[in-house]
Amino acid sequence: MYHKTTGYRIFNGFNLFFIAAVSLLCVLPLVHILAVSFSGKAAASANLVTLWPIDFTVDAYTKTFGNSNFLSALWISVQRTVFGTLLSMVLVILTAYPLSKESLNFKGRSLYAWFFIFTMLFSGGLIPSYILIQKLGLINTLWALILPGAVAVWNLILMMNFFRNVPKELEEAAFIDGANHITTLFRIYLPVSMPAIATISLFTMVGQWNSWFDGLIYMNDAAKYPLATLMQTIIVQQDFSNMNVDATQLQNMSQRTVNAAQIFIGALPILLVYPFLQRFFVKGIVLGAVKE
Amino acid sequence: MAMEQPLTTNTPMRQATHNPRKRTRWNFKRNWPLHLMLLPSVLLTLLFAYVPMGGIIIAFQDFKPWLGFTGSKWVGWDNFRFMFEYPDSVQVIWNTVLIAAMKIVAGLVAPVVFAILLNEVRNSTFKRFSQTLVYLPHFLSWVVLGGILLDMLSPEGGLINQVLAAVGIEPIFFLGDGDWFRVTVVISDVWKEFGFGTIVFLAALAGINPALYEASEVDGATRLKQTLHITLPALVPMIIVVGTLSLGNILNAGFDQIFNLYNPLVYDKGDIIDTFVYRMGILNGKMSFATAVGLFKSFVAMFLVITAYRMAYKIANYRIF
Repeated sequence: MYHKTTGYRIFNGFNLFFIAAVSLLCVLPLVHILAVSFSGKAAASANLVTLWPIDFTVDAYTKTFGNSNFLSALWISVQRTVFGTLLSMVLVILTAYPLSKESLNFKGRSLYAWFFIFTMLFSGGLIPSYILIQKLGLINTLWALILPGAVAVWNLILMMNFFRNVPKELEEAAFIDGANHITTLFRIYLPVSMPAIATISLFTMVGQWNSWFDGLIYMNDAAKYPLATLMQTIIVQQDFSNMNVDATQLQNMSQRTVNAAQIFIGALPILLVYPFLQRFFVKGIVLGAVKE
Repeated sequence: MAMEQPLTTNTPMRQATHNPRKRTRWNFKRNWPLHLMLLPSVLLTLLFAYVPMGGIIIAFQDFKPWLGFTGSKWVGWDNFRFMFEYPDSVQVIWNTVLIAAMKIVAGLVAPVVFAILLNEVRNSTFKRFSQTLVYLPHFLSWVVLGGILLDMLSPEGGLINQVLAAVGIEPIFFLGDGDWFRVTVVISDVWKEFGFGTIVFLAALAGINPALYEASEVDGATRLKQTLHITLPALVPMIIVVGTLSLGNILNAGFDQIFNLYNPLVYDKGDIIDTFVYRMGILNGKMSFATAVGLFKSFVAMFLVITAYRMAYKIANYRIF
């Protein structure tokens, strides 16, 4: 038996150690930033903080939440996440259902399918999309963040593949009882597809919350930025003009701890939904590609 | 791993034989709700995906917003010719391919190795705990991770440089030196995505018939021999699929990541097509040139993706729908 040999035991020891180390490496940066965010500004500026806060204080968080720009960006992010996910899920479900039918029973299916798939292969690119949003008058509106990506083709494919695996007998029985497509979708398909809908909704929510680039190009006014975009400009581009703080105030606080607090708040919703997400996404990926 | 059946083969037989004329009819009486359900998505896709495709016309113009699509001067292929003569854009294409290629290789090797090692772990609690941790970075955005990396990689006392200093290495300006920038980009991308990448390989490993291991043990195979002759071969189809499909990304070096990590110091070695298009088009107002570069990328990428999916279908019978 191999697991009794000395060589295998040594390997096993090293292996467990290696996996533990690599796994911890995946979250240590987050722990570090959390520790910095709760540390005193002096300790943070002197680079004393590693994985545990020094001179524990919630100063950085009170400052962050006392900032009106931060709060309004947070509110915009919440709105885009809620409405963007709702709209996208309605569209994805309504589109996936017809596309899950056989071409034989639903003439035009292939044409519709390729109409959507082609947008994954080719796009007009950044500048034409920008010009379009501008011509539609959507600059600085929430619509610019929600509408362009609402028909998420990859999610559509996941949903369609799930619908196709719903036993045909259910549908046939419903049709014999006189149901039409609309009743079949809402009374048969939706109830049995809840796991898939939950998975795809969570993916969409994470995507909406994390989205920052559309905010950067479609919002001219920094006051309209969603949180991810605001963080991008303040922390990554180091452009402090978007924070309404004067220079002396800026010097008085350790920007490092405030940055850390903002980074952590930006990651927090993801960390909160992660346990639910993890329950589903393995299934979600397997749902998309690997089929036994 | 047997994928979805081809679209036309799993139709119930009786429908095909019962009334063959049915297949040519639209059957609106029963199917109108299907068309109605598709309508909103079709309209939105037309507007937000197909209308901008018409906008690529500006790649062949000297587009000025105040002159519009009809008033701007037609310049034919000039923007494309300029792209291949302008040293900056040639460098940018090379950076893109180089960074993307390194990411593809590293991003394939790391998940395979980790999946095999994780598969050796018998303690399922430990295994699940490890998976929980390594999947996490995939879900964080590059804005968050960019912020963290800027802090940790700082040459002035960032955590990484503190560790290096402790073992007597001079501080390294990871994000300010072109060569280090490329290395940092590849390593941080692998760090973010390798865990998530293991999922498909772990699924493939779970599908291996235990009888193979039992039989080889009877024949006296060591665990290493089993890994080389049973585990690894079982992963080959999935490695081919993932590897082939990632070829479609050879011009995608990761806009989100580069944009959040780069700075003017590393434009020469770290600038990629997508970041270049953004700076040229949105910041410098060279809309036509930026669109031409973007169009070039779109076309090559489309060709690569189609080829990749065809290859994946031929070699490993993989299809997404």
